[in-house]
Amino acid sequence: MSGLPATAGHGDPDRVGYNGESRARRHMAERAGGLVPKRIIVGYGFWIFLLSDIVMFSAFFATYAVLVGQTAGGPSGRELFDLRSTAIETACLLLSSFACGLASIGAQAHRGSWFYGAMAATFILGAAFIGLEVREFAGLVARGAGPTRSAFLSAFFTLVGCHGLHVSAGLLWLLTMMAQVFAKGYRADILRRILCFGLFWHALDIIWVALFTMVYLMGAAT
Amino acid sequence: MLGKLSWAAIPFDQPIPLVAAALVGVMIIGVLAWVTLKGWLPYLWREWITSVDHKRIGIMYTLLAMVMLLRGFSDAIMMRAQQALAFESPGYLPPEHYDQIFSAHGTLMIFFVAMPFVIGLMNFVVPLQLGVRDVAFPTLNSVGFWLTATGALLVNISLVVGEFARTGWLPYPPLSEITYSPGVGVDYYLWALEISGVGTLLSGVNLVTTVLKMHAPGMTYMRMPMFCWTTLASNLLIVAAFPILTATLTMLLLDRYLGFHFFTNNAGGNVMMFMNLIWAWGHPEVYILILPAFGIFSEVISTFSRKPLFGYRSMVAATMAICILSFTVWLHHFFTMGAGADVNAIFGIASMIIAVPTGVKVFNWLFTMYGGRVVYSASILWSIGFMVTFVIGGMTGVLLAVPPADFVLHNSLFLVAHFHNVIIGGVLFGAFAGYTYWFPKAFGFRLHEGLGKASFWCWLIGFYVAFMPLYVLGLMGMTRRMQHYDVAAWRPWLLIAASGAAIILAGIILQIAQLAVSIRRREALRDQTGDPWDGRSLEWATPSPPPTFNFAVFPRIEGGDAYWGMKQRARQQGKLGEEPHYTEIEMPRNSPTGFVCAFFATFMGFALIWHIWWIVALAALGAYATFVVFAWRDRHEDIIPAELVARIDRANRNARSAALALRPAP
Repeated sequence: MSGLPATAGHGDPDRVGYNGESRARRHMAERAGGLVPKRIIVGYGFWIFLLSDIVMFSAFFATYAVLVGQTAGGPSGRELFDLRSTAIETACLLLSSFACGLASIGAQAHRGSWFYGAMAATFILGAAFIGLEVREFAGLVARGAGPTRSAFLSAFFTLVGCHGLHVSAGLLWLLTMMAQVFAKGYRADILRRILCFGLFWHALDIIWVALFTMVYLMGAAT
Repeated sequence: MLGKLSWAAIPFDQPIPLVAAALVGVMIIGVLAWVTLKGWLPYLWREWITSVDHKRIGIMYTLLAMVMLLRGFSDAIMMRAQQALAFESPGYLPPEHYDQIFSAHGTLMIFFVAMPFVIGLMNFVVPLQLGVRDVAFPTLNSVGFWLTATGALLVNISLVVGEFARTGWLPYPPLSEITYSPGVGVDYYLWALEISGVGTLLSGVNLVTTVLKMHAPGMTYMRMPMFCWTTLASNLLIVAAFPILTATLTMLLLDRYLGFHFFTNNAGGNVMMFMNLIWAWGHPEVYILILPAFGIFSEVISTFSRKPLFGYRSMVAATMAICILSFTVWLHHFFTMGAGADVNAIFGIASMIIAVPTGVKVFNWLFTMYGGRVVYSASILWSIGFMVTFVIGGMTGVLLAVPPADFVLHNSLFLVAHFHNVIIGGVLFGAFAGYTYWFPKAFGFRLHEGLGKASFWCWLIGFYVAFMPLYVLGLMGMTRRMQHYDVAAWRPWLLIAASGAAIILAGIILQIAQLAVSIRRREALRDQTGDPWDGRSLEWATPSPPPTFNFAVFPRIEGGDAYWGMKQRARQQGKLGEEPHYTEIEMPRNSPTGFVCAFFATFMGFALIWHIWWIVALAALGAYATFVVFAWRDRHEDIIPAELVARIDRANRNARSAALALRPAP
């Protein structure tokens, strides 16, 4: 770190590290190539994208944490949240993730019945989740607890709504993937997209677990 | 039908924007007419607009940056002129116009000059340096570029249709809330950045994956050229920071469009939360810009000193340390918030610590030059100018990192001088060094050296004349963004600063002349060998300009400074290696997806700004349809036959052999 040579190098006075590599390192170097399979590259890239998405959610989480007490004389989470309904939402989403996993296996095995069946189950469970969320939102707005009521409610609707929008986009993607497999079969590029879709769907699950805990459970407790 | 849009949106009563816009409009129509009459439109569409070749996309990014630099610089000239004139007088720019100009200047320079310039250079160079044929996601790359262009277009449309933000380059609430900024200016800003921000994020994901996963055989991480490392660090920061910008701007949009209360004064909104969020993106952003420039200087200094980079490992460590530390200092942008002495002290110390890895880098560059046979080309002049200038900027930065000093200097021209000192002296000089250095690789001929050096001296001297007075003015108490003033002592300094801007203008004119002269004399400046500077990294192993597939066969890498090693071996053996066996190459097929997507995004952004909801819906549908069409295509790749590959590579090998004979081993 100091920029000064730690030890004298062999024919490498500046310790730039180009020469005198160990054999193990040379071996690694021989194996590393421009030939990483496309599936790995696509999956890796999509993971990077998902991390960026999680960073975006973390900004909304942080905002929610700052504004959770700012009810401006309006209702707080304790008065608003219906844990029974959100528990059903949670169950729907977790089960849809399981179904999505089955769909991935079905696609890998080129088994149409598994793939379409599990994708349809994923869709129905995901749509049920969205339906319950929309009902919750509509109920809140009808009670005068819409997002314009207080900073707390602005943050709540944005955080939960952003997740809901992701799930909705996922549903559209899901239908597109089903149509694509139907039209084109289990082509390598389509299987890569199914891989990405699976990653996306499971990531939304992870975010929901954090959301359910931080917003609903902690909100109803305090 | 057209939402808030009406004829009142066109500023018929304001001659300056109208004339400027008319001029730009005439120029665009002129260029379009010229291109159409010459019959180049099909060529442009086939080879550039729909191109997914990382080199072409890189060139288009850079071109966008240079055009926007002219726009951003004309804003700068107008501001300097206004402040030179506006002593005890209103000057020539009314306040509402002046405010739009300084806002547009900052927005354009950061988002549509500095960003596309460095992203363009990274796109062009990194796959070549890694010894691969393309980036990880070529079509996504094109989408990212065109979305960036959409953002730039929206900002420029605001010149004639409606207005731009008057809130500064970062729209601080509550001023930017609908109550205090009811016009469309802030909306232009927000939607332009939301759209181009998505483009930048896509580019970040793409380049991170490329650097981490795509390598020629033997190209380990510790053998990568320094520029690849700084690209990695910069794009990791894009991936980690740009989502925060998107989230923050979304919150402001929700406040403005739907009456939410994130940053409002009432109903529990928290204004300071905006400062925290925007700078949690904003501070990493300055490192997103400067790290690639550090990489460029590393390449240029090592090449023109004829030595390997000094302290390569410490350079890698310093780069990654800066990458992490950049997320721990955001609060120094608002020490005056009143977070208390403890918090301010922590962030002050963290800010000073960043100077340590940066110092490591400066010493490494100096030691690279020390004992080398330094060739004073235009690109190394930019690098040396950078080292001197950036150290001054860094020291004033450390001064501002001391909270009590910051309380005095906050929002003064001292701050303005500081960040121009590091951004012009760091990012822009780096971009120009890279532009000069890699131009022959991109186009097959060098830039005129004499004009390049003349332009460098104008920029360097102009910079000092324009910005050193601002340090003085800041210490004299002049705050930033003043439309007029009545302190007589300030005036001479502002006049000097204005003359500095004029010297920089001369530098820009010389750069335009340099480009024109170089194109005209391209035969004399032709780069025959593909290796005009006796370079060290793999991009110089390709012909200039490189074929679409970059490398006929993947090069085998046996150490750092890969191409230097290859040249050494060839000189020792007196010949190149055996001719490889050529096979056909699959390259990604060009696709209009990016352009069509950006077409819809432009309409969507414009319609969102003016509340024309039916266009928003149509454009969203169009964008979705574009992706479906792309996903449904059956042919992803074009095949380049082995004979063509062999012909191109044999020509390259002949040029190398000839160069080898001319330049025997010392």
